[in-house]
Amino acid sequence: MTELPEIGAATGVASLAWLLFVLPALGALVLFVLGRRADRWGHWLGVLTVVASFVVGLLIFIETTGLPEDQRTRELSLFEWIGVGGLHVDFGLRLDPLSLTFVLLITGVGSLIHIYSTGYMSHDPGRRRFFAQLNLFVAAMLVLVLGNNFVMLYLGWEGVGLASYLLIGFYQARPAAATAAKKAFVMNRVGDVGLAIAIFLLWTNLGTIQYSEVFARAGELSTPVLVTVTIMLLLGACGKSGQFPLQAWLPDAMEGPTPVSALIHAATMVTAGVYLIARANPLYNLTETGRLIVALIGVITLTLGAIIGCAKDDIKKVLAYSTVSQIGYMILAVGLGPAGYALGITHLLTHGFFKAGLFLGAGSIMHAMNDTVDMRHYGGLFKYMKITSVTFLLGYLALIGIPPFAGYFSKDAIIEAAFDAGGWQGWVFGGFATLAAGLTAFYMTRLVCMTFFGEERWRNVTSEDGREYHPHESPSSMTVPMILLAVGSVAAGFVLTNGHLLADWLVPSLGELQEAEPGTGALPHSVIPWLVLGCTVLGALLAYVFVGRRPTPVEQPQEVSWPVRAVRNDLYTNAINEALFEKPGLALTSAFVATDDRGVDGVVNGTGSLLTGSSGLLRRLQTGFVRSYALSMLGGSVLVVAALLVVRFS
Amino acid sequence: MLLILLLLPLVGAAVVASMAGNQRAAKLTAFAFAIVELVLTAVAWFAYSVADAEAGTRFQLELAVDWIPAFGTRFALGVDGIALVMIALTAVLVPIVLGFSWEEKLPAGRTVSGLMALILATQGLLVGVFAATDVFLFYVFFEAMLIPMYFLIGRFGGPRRQYAAVKFFLYSLLGGLIMLASVIGLFVVSGQRLGQGTFSWGELQQLAATLPESTQIWLFLGFFVAFAIKAPLVPFHTWLPDAGQQAPVGAGVLLVGVLDKVGTFGFLRYCLPLFPLASQRLAPLVLVLAVIGILYAGMVAIGQKDLKRFVPYTSIAHFGFIALGIFAFSTQAFAGSTLYMVNHGISTGLLFIVIGLLIVRGGSTLVADYGGVHKVAPLLAGTFLVAVLASLALPGTNSFVSEFLVLIGSFPREPVFTILATVGIIVAALYVLWLYQRTMQGPLRGTAVLGAAGGPGTVIDPVAAAEKGRTSFTDLGKREIAVLTPLIVLIILLGFFPGPVLDVINPSVQSTLTEVGLVDPVGATR
Repeated sequence: MTELPEIGAATGVASLAWLLFVLPALGALVLFVLGRRADRWGHWLGVLTVVASFVVGLLIFIETTGLPEDQRTRELSLFEWIGVGGLHVDFGLRLDPLSLTFVLLITGVGSLIHIYSTGYMSHDPGRRRFFAQLNLFVAAMLVLVLGNNFVMLYLGWEGVGLASYLLIGFYQARPAAATAAKKAFVMNRVGDVGLAIAIFLLWTNLGTIQYSEVFARAGELSTPVLVTVTIMLLLGACGKSGQFPLQAWLPDAMEGPTPVSALIHAATMVTAGVYLIARANPLYNLTETGRLIVALIGVITLTLGAIIGCAKDDIKKVLAYSTVSQIGYMILAVGLGPAGYALGITHLLTHGFFKAGLFLGAGSIMHAMNDTVDMRHYGGLFKYMKITSVTFLLGYLALIGIPPFAGYFSKDAIIEAAFDAGGWQGWVFGGFATLAAGLTAFYMTRLVCMTFFGEERWRNVTSEDGREYHPHESPSSMTVPMILLAVGSVAAGFVLTNGHLLADWLVPSLGELQEAEPGTGALPHSVIPWLVLGCTVLGALLAYVFVGRRPTPVEQPQEVSWPVRAVRNDLYTNAINEALFEKPGLALTSAFVATDDRGVDGVVNGTGSLLTGSSGLLRRLQTGFVRSYALSMLGGSVLVVAALLVVRFS
Repeated sequence: MLLILLLLPLVGAAVVASMAGNQRAAKLTAFAFAIVELVLTAVAWFAYSVADAEAGTRFQLELAVDWIPAFGTRFALGVDGIALVMIALTAVLVPIVLGFSWEEKLPAGRTVSGLMALILATQGLLVGVFAATDVFLFYVFFEAMLIPMYFLIGRFGGPRRQYAAVKFFLYSLLGGLIMLASVIGLFVVSGQRLGQGTFSWGELQQLAATLPESTQIWLFLGFFVAFAIKAPLVPFHTWLPDAGQQAPVGAGVLLVGVLDKVGTFGFLRYCLPLFPLASQRLAPLVLVLAVIGILYAGMVAIGQKDLKRFVPYTSIAHFGFIALGIFAFSTQAFAGSTLYMVNHGISTGLLFIVIGLLIVRGGSTLVADYGGVHKVAPLLAGTFLVAVLASLALPGTNSFVSEFLVLIGSFPREPVFTILATVGIIVAALYVLWLYQRTMQGPLRGTAVLGAAGGPGTVIDPVAAAEKGRTSFTDLGKREIAVLTPLIVLIILLGFFPGPVLDVINPSVQSTLTEVGLVDPVGATR
């Protein structure tokens, strides 16, 4: 078992850590309360509070790096939130390398996306509401990662769920958006039940929900309890992070504005599940079964997402399934235990950069293309949108893992660790992870070919609202964040992994990164990078041959083989959900309503009439109120006597 | 102090009722009485000493005079933390309810002042119910508070008000009579044991531990049925949707928000401490009813077509949580249930009022007549969202704290029931968000929003509709904002800072657990 760090009190800049989430929360509050009065300047307040929060985070980070490694875990207790009997829930923060890493990711990428949104949402009448909700999200996400106990985590967890619900449903007048928002919230709640039950189990068995105490005493948990807790936490993670079997809401969430897809549904919120498992590493370290289930879920999801991504024509849906798949990699990594926690977080960060960049690129394209998301309407856009295209292509190279771009370092490390898992796991985990890398290259190359190259198909069609297309580059408020994220996509992988920089920084939170002995894995480390690269190149080539070099029909071909049809229909995952839960649930609901209106009421009305003799008394009760009341009192005394007799005799 | 709190609203009711000729003056008088009551309640709140309660003083602010010496019954008042927070909840809700009812459209021949007088009368009797420390006195208030509520529903309600009022009355009366049997039973038993019969809660509680389990079970059942009808547990619940649907909104808030809580309050104050053995023996039965209530009523709420029936069904589900916490026997669960009573009063109050505002505008109580309201009334839609989020116990709202305490406090003793109840949070998300989607989101539609010209199911472009002035649907006005703001502030404030309320509740739930003869299953040694 790894050593748990000493916990000190937060002093210096760190004692101001509450500002991190209070600033954006205040921003949201002001924007909500002032309403239309803040329409003109509201978006700047939104940007300002998040940037200020980033600065505070950066100062705390710098201060922390100046401390010796064993003093980098600090706590700040603000007040007692809930206290009854032996239960004490602190409104407390834990500042350690893991939470600070997330703080920088959330506020850093959050700032960029807020700035981007000032351009993207400039013509939207709901701009102020958008920034209020985006600020709310940042505040809740910071509470999620900063809390020093499981209930604070839950507060942030459902808080980001609310923000996500509001932002997916931002275009409220669109029924599809409202439905997607509700679906996201409800599927997340399924996961939340898991998280809640895990908390209840920890409380029952350890009498505490504080991280430090739970982790210190994790060894006292019996194996069945421990395994159940880890599975329940995983259920929570599956809901929030769009992992199998709760992945179906995430692609639908693309109904939200594109900056939301970038920030919430790619870079930050959906990675909360990875955070949760990494945070609870002292629990997962104790149970191989728990870790194995995590890794299996990761493998299933990363494969599923990559397969479905291959057949989508909606650019945001392709990226969404790509996110599902990439988070699958991260979940697989943290499921490998001490050999993978830091790798999962590394991939989470690089993915945060390049996927946010890709989504902002997609938003820029939509901005130029009358909000059309159908890639069959695109083609040859490279010429018209140079900055968008170049930044997008850098993100593309990072995602498919071409050296020396970010994804190469972070994803290959996970695949290597997966092959090292030993036994059948090594082959299964490593094999599917490699296969999915090839699929990733296929769907991304297909996307790039259909969007930036080939025939300019948009010349011959109009968008859904009947307008012609006039592609153009986006304003600098949008391109600058894209450029910055592209720089991250290029450099982050090398910088973070060089000399184990990130892994070493995370040691106080996650323990030492344990690498397998050479020669014990399924495949030698000298072979794996070449194998993965080979698969990637093969996938990209296939996409180039089948999509890039052939003309793309503007309409989706309907005469296709059954595998293509299955993949287009999300491998029937939605249909299965519908048949298993929605339809029976609705039927049950109708049945209950009918029962309640007639059945239960009928029986009770019946007995009521029996008791009171006839409905005539009903009428008399209305008129001769007092007299009947007195009469009933008399009836009551009969009951009393009866009851007394029973008592006497028993 | 308590006597003033009890009498002031009753006097107010009489004064307001006598002023029917001058509506404006009557309304202002009613409001003034409610505000003075609120201020005096605040005084009582600060006069209540948490330290004394922790030291073991069961009741404070006590007052007792002989009433009917022959029966050994006394006019005895006093509060513990649980009763105090309920009185405070009532005092907060009444001015809001009066403010809402200011321009209420009533059936022909009824005046707003009459409605207000009855609301004040209900308040006074509620104070009596919560503050009584004599079992017979409690019974009298328990029955007496039916009367103003019966008239509120039967005279001021919707089209089927007569039916709903009688149904409400019969159910409550039946429960009350069964309880009366137990009350008298208690007197007889105490007479046998002590030589001199008593109704004093304190003396009866002392006696309780010595009673054999079978006697306890019979007496317990009398109280239990009455309370299970009042805070309806499935299957005693069908009167509530009718009453809630037909009652005027202000009365509905008091009915679901406070009056029904007398049932759950009764569980905590009477069933558990007076019949500890019976409570534990019969707990599984209650827990089954509670969990059925959470899941079944939640699912029925999903399918409701009428807005005013929707709120009662969500409340029945919430009462399931409260009952679960009470019969799970831990301080966390007890405190959670007590706080739940307060929080549910606030959040359901808000939900009921917002729905009332919607109905005032649309003239229909049917869900299907509304759609896309956010387009024409964003503030109303936003307030509705706050209300439903509090209803699904989102963290950051007051309801989360109480629901979380109930569940975490129930889990150690009752893991299976708690897990089933936790599944209820998914059902809650479904019923509130689906309702929100149907009424507030999507394109403008429905006859209530678009007027008769819209026709059922017609979808109209919102911009065009607004330009042509085809919808007269307006957003919240100043008085309405003033009525809603305190509730929203309380929802958020108590979501993050429940401490002051929990401090008052905690010593009393600790006493209750001791009276049941149990200790906390987890974390007792602190």
